[in-house]
This record gives sequence, C-alpha cells and structure tokens, in this order.
Amino acid sequence: MFLVASGLSIIFGVTRIVNFAHGSFYMLGAYIGYTLVQAIGSTAIGFWAAVLIAAVAVGAIGVVMEILLLRRIYRAPELFQLIATFGVILVIQDVALWVWGSEDLVGPQAPGLKGATSILGKPIPEYDLALIAISPLVLVGLWALFKLTRWGTLVRAATQDRQMVAALGVNQRWLFTGVLFLGSALAGLGGAVQIPKGGADLLMDFNILAVAFVVVVVGGMGSIFGAFWAAVLFGILQTFGIQILPNSTLVLMFLVMAVVLIFRPWGLLGMPETLGQAHPGPPEQPLRPALPRVRALGGAVTALLLALPIGHLVFPELVGVFTLVLVIEIMVFVLFAAALHFIMGPGGMVSFGHAAYFGGGAYAAALLVKFADAPFELAFWSAPVGAALLAFLFGWFCVRLSGVYFAMLTLAFAQIAWAFVFQDMPGSVLKTFGIADEFGTPLKITGGDDGLNDIWPSGWASTRIAYYYIAVGLSVAALWIMRRFLYAPFGYTLRAGRDSPLRAAAIGIDLTRHRWLAFTLSGAFTGLAGALFLFSKGSVFPTTLEIARSFDALLMVLLGGVQSLFGPIVGAAALTWLNDLFSVLSYWRFLLGVTIIALVLLLPQGIVGFAGTRLGRRLQLARPEEITA
Amino acid sequence: MRSSKAFLTTTGAVAAIAAGVAFGSASAAAETIRIGDINSYTRLPAHTVPYRQGAILAIEEFNRSGGVLGRQLEFISHDDQGKPGEAVKVAERLFARDEVVLISGSLFSHVGLALTAYAKKSKRLYIAAEPLADALVWAQGNRYTFRLRPSTYMQAAMLAAEVAKVEKAKRWATIAPNYAYGKDAVAAFQRVLTELRPDVEFVGSQWPALFKIDAGAEVEALKRLEPDAIYNVTFGGDLAKFAREGKLRGLFEGRLMVGLLTGEPEYLDPLKDEAPEGWLVTGYPWYDIETPEHKVFVAAYQQRWDDYPRIGSVVGYNTMLAIKAMLERAGSTDTEKMVDAMEGLSFDAPTGPITFRAIDHQATMGAYVGWTALRDGKGVMVDWKYLDGVGYLPSDDEVRKLRGGQ
Amino acid sequence: MSGAQHECVPVLEVESLSRSFGGVRAVDRVSFTLFSSELLAMIGPNGAGKTTCFNMVNGQLRPDAGAVRLNGRSILGLPPRSIWRLGVGRTFQITATFASMTVRENVQMALVSYHRRSRALWRPARDHYFDEAMTLLERVGMDRQYDRACGVLAYGDLKRVELAVALANEPRLLLMDEPTAGMAPRERMELMQLTTEIVHERNIGVLFTEHDMDVVFAYADRIMVLDRGQLISEGPPMAVRSDRKVQEIYLGGSAVYGTEPA
Repeated sequence: MFLVASGLSIIFGVTRIVNFAHGSFYMLGAYIGYTLVQAIGSTAIGFWAAVLIAAVAVGAIGVVMEILLLRRIYRAPELFQLIATFGVILVIQDVALWVWGSEDLVGPQAPGLKGATSILGKPIPEYDLALIAISPLVLVGLWALFKLTRWGTLVRAATQDRQMVAALGVNQRWLFTGVLFLGSALAGLGGAVQIPKGGADLLMDFNILAVAFVVVVVGGMGSIFGAFWAAVLFGILQTFGIQILPNSTLVLMFLVMAVVLIFRPWGLLGMPETLGQAHPGPPEQPLRPALPRVRALGGAVTALLLALPIGHLVFPELVGVFTLVLVIEIMVFVLFAAALHFIMGPGGMVSFGHAAYFGGGAYAAALLVKFADAPFELAFWSAPVGAALLAFLFGWFCVRLSGVYFAMLTLAFAQIAWAFVFQDMPGSVLKTFGIADEFGTPLKITGGDDGLNDIWPSGWASTRIAYYYIAVGLSVAALWIMRRFLYAPFGYTLRAGRDSPLRAAAIGIDLTRHRWLAFTLSGAFTGLAGALFLFSKGSVFPTTLEIARSFDALLMVLLGGVQSLFGPIVGAAALTWLNDLFSVLSYWRFLLGVTIIALVLLLPQGIVGFAGTRLGRRLQLARPEEITA
Repeated sequence: MRSSKAFLTTTGAVAAIAAGVAFGSASAAAETIRIGDINSYTRLPAHTVPYRQGAILAIEEFNRSGGVLGRQLEFISHDDQGKPGEAVKVAERLFARDEVVLISGSLFSHVGLALTAYAKKSKRLYIAAEPLADALVWAQGNRYTFRLRPSTYMQAAMLAAEVAKVEKAKRWATIAPNYAYGKDAVAAFQRVLTELRPDVEFVGSQWPALFKIDAGAEVEALKRLEPDAIYNVTFGGDLAKFAREGKLRGLFEGRLMVGLLTGEPEYLDPLKDEAPEGWLVTGYPWYDIETPEHKVFVAAYQQRWDDYPRIGSVVGYNTMLAIKAMLERAGSTDTEKMVDAMEGLSFDAPTGPITFRAIDHQATMGAYVGWTALRDGKGVMVDWKYLDGVGYLPSDDEVRKLRGGQ
Repeated sequence: MSGAQHECVPVLEVESLSRSFGGVRAVDRVSFTLFSSELLAMIGPNGAGKTTCFNMVNGQLRPDAGAVRLNGRSILGLPPRSIWRLGVGRTFQITATFASMTVRENVQMALVSYHRRSRALWRPARDHYFDEAMTLLERVGMDRQYDRACGVLAYGDLKRVELAVALANEPRLLLMDEPTAGMAPRERMELMQLTTEIVHERNIGVLFTEHDMDVVFAYADRIMVLDRGQLISEGPPMAVRSDRKVQEIYLGGSAVYGTEPA
C-alpha cells in the first residue's frame, strides 16, 4: 500500500499529473512479477530478482507513457493528462487480458518464507514480516535518494516550485521522465511483492487505485513520509476495524479521509497548494454570445432531436427504436456531464464524486416509488430535489477546499454514499432499533447490491416516444437553463472566484457561499439526469454511485473541452456513442483507449478545441481572435 | 496459458458473428432464429467466457443436426461491462437491431435483476442463466423471466442440510463478502441450519469488502471467535487469500469448514496445490462425473475448445438445451407462446433431467456437494453427490407469498 | 498639494496596531490617521512591516492588539469582503483581475457585487451596469479597450483596470499595495497622476506602499516610515526627507534603496 501510494505521491508532487494509470502499473507489476517468478523464482535469490526486474520493467513502461504521451500534453489545460492516463488504463486492461488470460493467477509463495513464525504466541506468516521490513527500507531508500543526490534535490525543489526549477535551467523533461520511472517502478514493486499474498487478477487496477489515492491524500500530496504514516494508520485501522465493526470495511477508509480533510485540508503532512501554479495552459477565452453559425448548429441539432421520433414512425427502417434508446442515453449523460462542468469549468471545482448526486437522485426517486407508492410525476421531481439536498449537505464541507483536495473530499463523500446504499445501511440501522423481518435479517431498504427494481414511468410516459420527448425536452431545457445561469452574474461570479480568489474577495464576493450554491445547483441537475436514467432503465443499483461512474462524467467533460460550454455536451455525446459503437466488439476497451489517447494527442484542448483550429475558424465556429495554442 | 489461447479463439469467433450481425442487420438470412446473449465478458471473463463457450458448443451441435423448427440458430453475444444500465441498453439493442427472439445469459445478480425488470416491462422473454439472487424468480419474479442455475438459497440450503448431520459442529462463524450475495448466502444458511438444528449457535460474522479482503486480519478475527465450524462465502481472489492465510495461521485445524461455490473449478483451480482440503462445498466435479450424457458433453467440449469445462460451461450448454426444448414445444418464436412453453418445461441435460417450475420459473437443476481434496497438486471434490434442486426449493405456499400478487 | 477642495475628515484611524510572528514583532504599536483626499505613503526597508500593516488594515491578518477605525467605525476582525462593503477599494502589487473576462466585465463584476446582484441567475451579466462600467473605464482611460480579455492585456493597462474595479464600490479609502510595481518609469508617473486626480475628485483617502522613491516624493501628501515594525518618522515629504533617522536607514543601508525586485 505504501509503495504504491508513495509512487503516486511522487508523480503528483512533481508533475501535478493525477495519474489514473497508476493502478494499472500496479497490476502490470503483479502480472510481470508472476511470470518472472514462475520462470526464475524457485530460489530465494531468483524470487527477489524477479520482483526487482518486474519493478524496473514497469518503470520502463511508465517512461514510455511519459515520452510518447504525457510529454506532448503538458501544456494542455489542467487535468487533461488525466484522460490520457485513463485511455492507458483501458489499453492495459485488454493487453493484460490478452497476454495473461482471464483466470485469476494465484501467486506462489516466496521461497524461504513459506511458513509462519510464532510471535507472542500468534503465528505470523514469515512473508508478512518480510513485507513489514520492506516498506521502511524503501522509505529510507527514497529519503536518501531525495536528500543526498542532486537529482533528488531537484525533484524536491520541483515539488515546491516548478517555475523556479525551470528558471534554473534544469531540463524539466528528463526530470519528469525520471520521476515517472521512479513512481511507476514503485507501483510495479508494490504489485510484484504482493504476489505471495494474493496474486494477479484483472480487477486489481481499480481496486488499488482508490486506496492509493486515499493514502496519498490523507498523507498529504507529494509527501512520502505522509504516505508512509497514512499507510501505517490504515493498516492498523483495517485490522482493528474488522474486529470491532466487521461491517465497516468499505467505508472506514473514506470516512477517515473525509475527517482528515475536513480538519486538515492538506493532509497530515502535506503543504497548501501554492497559488498561481494552477494554470499551465493559456487562459480561457471570455464568454461571448454564441456566433450565428454555432447558434444555427445548436438549433439544427435540437430540431433534429425533436424530429427523430417522427422519422422513426415514417421510416422505421432508417430510424430504429434503438436509435431512440441511444439518444435518450446520450442525453442523460450530456446532462450529467454538463452539470459536472457547471462547477468544474466556470467554478474550477473538479469533482471526483459526482456520481453521488446522479445515483443519489435516482435512489431518492426509486425509494419514493417503492415505499411511498409515489406516482411517477412526483417521484421524478424528487430526484433533483433529493440530489440537491445531498449536494447541499456534502457541499458545505467540500467547497472550503480547493484543487485536488476538493476532488478527493467529493470522492470520499461519494464513496460513503455508495457504501450507504451498497450495504443497505438504513436496513441495518432499523435492525438496531429492533425492526427486522421474522428471522432477524435486516429489512431491505436500498436493496444493497441488488438495487431497487421495476420502477417505470406511469402510463402516459411509458411509451418509448413519450419518454423520448420527456428525456430530450428536459435535458435541452436544463442545458439552456444552465447556460442562462452561467451567462448571468452568478456564473460570472463563479468564474471570478476561479480566476482570482484574491480579487473576488477584494470586491466583496463571498466565494464559499457562491461555490456552495453552485455545487447544490449542479447536484440538482445531476439528480435530474439520474431520474431520467432511472426511469429509462427501470431499476437502480449502487453502480450508479460508484467511482467509475464519476470518472465517466469527468472524462466526458475533459474530452469535450473544459473551457467551453459546449465541451461537456460534445464530450458526453461522443463518448457514449463511441462506447456503444465499440462495445459490440471484443477488445473494445483497447479500441476505446486508443481512440481516447488519439483524441488527446490531436486535440489537446478537447474536441471542442477543434473550433479554435484553423479549419474551425474558417467554418466560422470560432471568432478569429479565439486562437488556441 | 491454455485457457488464454482458447479464450482468444472464442473471442475471434464470436466477434465475427457479432460484428456481421451488428452491421449487416436485417440482411442476414431471415430464416435463422437469433438468441441474444448478454454477459459480463470484460468484467469477469474467467466466469463468463466458459459460459459462452458452452453455449456456442450447444448452438453448433443443434445447427449440425438440422437446427430447431427447421431453422438454424444464431447466437449473438454482447458485453454488459458488469453494469446493469448497460445491460438494459444491450437488451434493447439486441431486440431492436439484431431482432433476437429472446435474451439469455448474465452472471451478476444486479445485472440479472435489471434484465428481469426490463423483461417484465417490455414483455420479452429473458432466461437468466447464472445470476444467483433469490429475488430474481421470487420477490421480483415475473411472467417473462426464468432462471436455470440453483439460487443462493438453494445451494446454501443443500450445504446446511448436509452439515446438520455433523453433531459436534455447534458454534458457527461465517465469512462472506460484504454485498447482497454474501448477505443472502449467510442468511439462507443460518435460516435453514437453525430450522434443522435448533441447538447450533452463530457466534459471529466477518464481512470483508468484495475483492479487497485483508485476509490476515480476517483470519485472526475468526480465530478469536473460537467456532467449531466456519461457513465461507468468499470466492475468487478473496478465497485464495483467505485459504492461504487460514492455513498459515492454523485457522482450519480441527474445524469443520464449509464453502459455498468453493468447489467450482472457476474458484478451486487457481488455488492449485493450495486448494483447501476437507471442506464441504458445492461445486462441479466434471472430472469424475461418470454418466454417459456428461462424458459426451465433456469430450465434445474439450474437442471444441481445447479446454476443460467449468460450471459456467455446463450452465451455458444447459441454457441452450432449454431454449431448444422450449422452441420445439412452443413451435413458434412468439414471446407469449415461448413463455407458455417454458412453464413446466422438462428436458434432459448432461447433469440430469431439469424442469422449469411453472409456479416460480425456477429450474430444478441441482448442484454437486462434496468434500475437497488434493489430487495431483490440484484441488478436486471427492465423495460428492448430485443433489437435485427439487428438494431445496421453497414450497408452493412460500412461493406464492414471496411472489406476492404477481 | 493643491486641489483639496473637499473637507478633510479622518477616514482611517489606526491606533497602536501590533502583530508578532513567532516572537518577532513584525508591527509594533503603529498609529496613524488618514484624511480624505489625501495620499499617505508607507515606506520602509524590506521586512519593516509594511505588508503586515497593510494586511491588518484590509482584514487579511488579525492584529494582536490595537484598533482600526474606518469613518469612526471599528473594522477590526472583519473579513476583507465586509471591509470592502464599508467602502475600501484595493489594488494589488501583482495585479489581480479575472483573466477570462473582458475589461468591461471585470468592472461589471465589481458593480454587480456592490449592488448585491451576484446571485442573480437569469439576466445575462453583460446587461448589468453596462453604462456605469463604461463611465468608470472612461475615467481611467480604458474605454477603448473595453472588449479585450484581461488575460491578454499589457501590464500597465491591467493596473488601470484594477483602479477602475477598485472605484466600483464608491470607496472612501483606497489601499494600494505597490501601485506602480512592474511598470516603466513613464507609466508610473501617468498612473499616479491619474490616481491623484481621481482621489481629489472623489474625496478618497489613499494609503499606499511604494518602493519607487521618485513616485513617493512626487505624489504623496504625507509619508510614514516604518523600520523593524515601528513607526520612526511621519510627515510631509520635505520633513521626512530631512529626518536623520530616515536618512540613516536609507543612506546607511543604501543597498536597500531601489534595488529590490519589483
């Protein structure tokens, strides 16, 4: 845990890249380590050599990613690298499946450390002792590397002030490459040393990623010692947590993170983010009324959307039922992405946990239908209201933080919300008050993993075409309303707070309250998307609140272009459509990953950045002065 | 890397079928009967790919012998990414674009439940193959949904009935992944065992997060409870870690260990020589099943895929057998007629005769219960017996209560 | 200075303001009064406590002891935004404007906030206080560039925009931290000339810090000199220039004079 987290921490500290592919490197470390251990690991020396080679190999892969991919997009807007690394995740997943097959690989035990030693009367596996020794060793090694070598000094300097190091004439490129090597190798090492404890499977990447982020954030971004102590803390919590509250395993970590962030917004040993480092890319263009061409395009798309069902009735061959289904789904995600962009773009608040409001809204409506027999019309509107209330509650804590810490706190709350429905906590709570079924089993309220099923719109809205008009009509209306909000003083105030918090305070703006209100509004719109999703699918599950769902939305916004109001719309439509197009093929993840990476490299401003290219200007999609790098 | 090679071949084959249909749409021969398949091929390939291989094997056999109702069958397979919402979308695509007559498949309970709700709303036939959730045919059951594999309740009941015979096992502890399946599995086991043996006591439960088990800590916590017997529901990587730590830390010594699904090759085989010994489990001892039907199935499967069958393989094969029998009985691909034909449908499968009960649409397919042992450095089941599902299903009265007004 | 037609009333009164950082007295019992229509310069070598003093007046820092009154009302412990509401405009050493907005929008934002319309959700922002913003921009000579993005503006122009923004709340007091830092010498004089005119027109009191002694002696009505947290001299420019203690600091430690980075 520490190894992986420290790698992530180092990469972030120096390059400010939130490396989602870190979990994949961990998984690769495990797979490569497994293969090598099978080949040469029968002796103790061979085993440890295999582990080290695996780490170095994964480090090399990290370097390849840096040189081929990340290096080209350092100048892109903040967090854009995140999508690139997401593409890498998808590619690595399919490559691993292709190379190592689908079966879980159970690692062999480490030679020489197969048994258990008795300590204080308890048998402790010898390999555990070895692991306990490795982490401090690595910690000391890293400490020496950073304190005693010139390279280490530069890395530390870069963590604190990048411009300064650049000004000193240090070749940043190689510094970053080196850091990516080290960070990735640590992830690979982490993956390889855990083979005898577990093995290698295809779900490792996401499983470790969330944990690593939590450890890094609790420890403080960029602080290796912080990561170490956080890892130790969680190790202890895990052990005692299991004994005291066997049911708490899922939330404990995120609860701790939320508490730490609320009281120590920069983690245990972290430092506040330096102001003025935020924007490496060119500043955003001022908001202008849409150009006639763009307006016409928007009108045409809306008209087309409205005409589609008629097309379906007249030419069923040309416009199939599934086209309508797909458009409904696209509109749901367009709305979701636009709602996220509402705070992320103009507000500068990057939420990693927006699925909480998507799923939260859907659950609010579903619960009302299930337990209060609410009619569709009422239940539907309870979704945005419920999501807004949830956002109002969580937002109060979140909006006080900024940057990555804001993102991680939103993630923590989303995970808590997820665990809440996943473990059916309302049911457990009722049980403690003696309310349970005849066998003493907790009542099913949220239904846990099995979700809430069979929730459909009422008669008049249940035909496909009627629901299509509901979905399209509400999404378009919501998008238009959000656009009004952003063009109104409120939206400007949000952007003011993002551009210069200092100036915003100096002209009397209470930024916290505005951000809080924006968060709540965004939650409401996200909840609306959740309601549309719920009633189009007929059921709701904890998967609507999970991390992957939050990341989907994030990806849509970034891929479309965070600097434009059209970005999230285009990004969501493109990603949903691509997903549908590819998912009928095997190895679709590989294809999708490659496509994402290609888009990132070709259009570093997002898809909508296309409008700013020469061709886009010739087509009069952007003003001549809106030149992008 | 045997399985990986086989996997590649399958994917290639299916991709060809799927791609041809997805883009060629209605132009393909109108003669064929299309069967839509939805499963989590990217999320849990280790379990779903054997399923698909079993299903394809059956389809190919049918087509070689002239098809069904004089028409060839076509198997159109799509990935649901392990997301219920995606599965519903895929179902819509299969019906609308690929013009399948029914959908089948799925492994995850939540995906199965989402498709159950969808089947009810859209009045299309859905034959759930593997999802274990009890609610699928009971609390959430509906006219258009059928399930083949024995549910969580049935398998837990089988184990409970077996261990009820062990006199000395009085103090029980349980360990199960912290989600619906784990909780249902523990609840069902507790319920049935307590009914059979009022003298047993459940002293504690451990709930590790799914695929995030901290095995060392869990084992220590279980030891502290000092149970006579432990009921395990963990599987996959969690089981591997639990089995290893438990052995190292001496948890299993002198205790009766019971494992739900632990004997299925999907879970037992990755453990290799570290497979637990002497556990009472449900599973699939394909290597020792000597009935002629089953031997034929194993031979055909190995020849076709260069791999041995898993539980998923036989479920996939049986599902297609059920569909064939149903189509022949219905004589039509009209949904209502197919549903009528499904109710009370009986057919012979490699694992023995199976009936889809009319009252709740649950099949009577049973499970193999036996003891784990090591053979040639590999975990196997010995002293096993096949328990027909009939004996472990809720009574008609109970079913009526569970299904409510439906 | 001429042109002080308005009545001179105390705008800002500071009494024995103190603040320590870890045992070091950064500001030690500093007292002064600022009158309307007056430009008061605060100078002193690096580390003298100018910035600390400044930040205590504008609400960013809490003093350990002392009193700060604006128009006779205590503003101690109020956050910056509340102090702004009471009529205090600010400019920063490194300009702080909204880069993604046009010049006019920057001023409109300040006006929107002043009129408490920042939570308005419907009518487009560009229709709010359009004419008022243009009038202010005209006054600072930025009306012709009103539609350019602040992100692409020349530094000197940004300073003017900031001045216009600072005037949006009809301030009684203007706090200017190094108003001419980073500018060419001619631009400096132009900006200070403009500031002086506006201040006299609108009867505003100005407290500013400045490194450029030419600017200070040309435009300040009064000068206070801080050294090691203490006020060592205060008075009209001529008096301060001839103060021996001041000369000691600046001439004795001549290295400080004018060598600091802007």
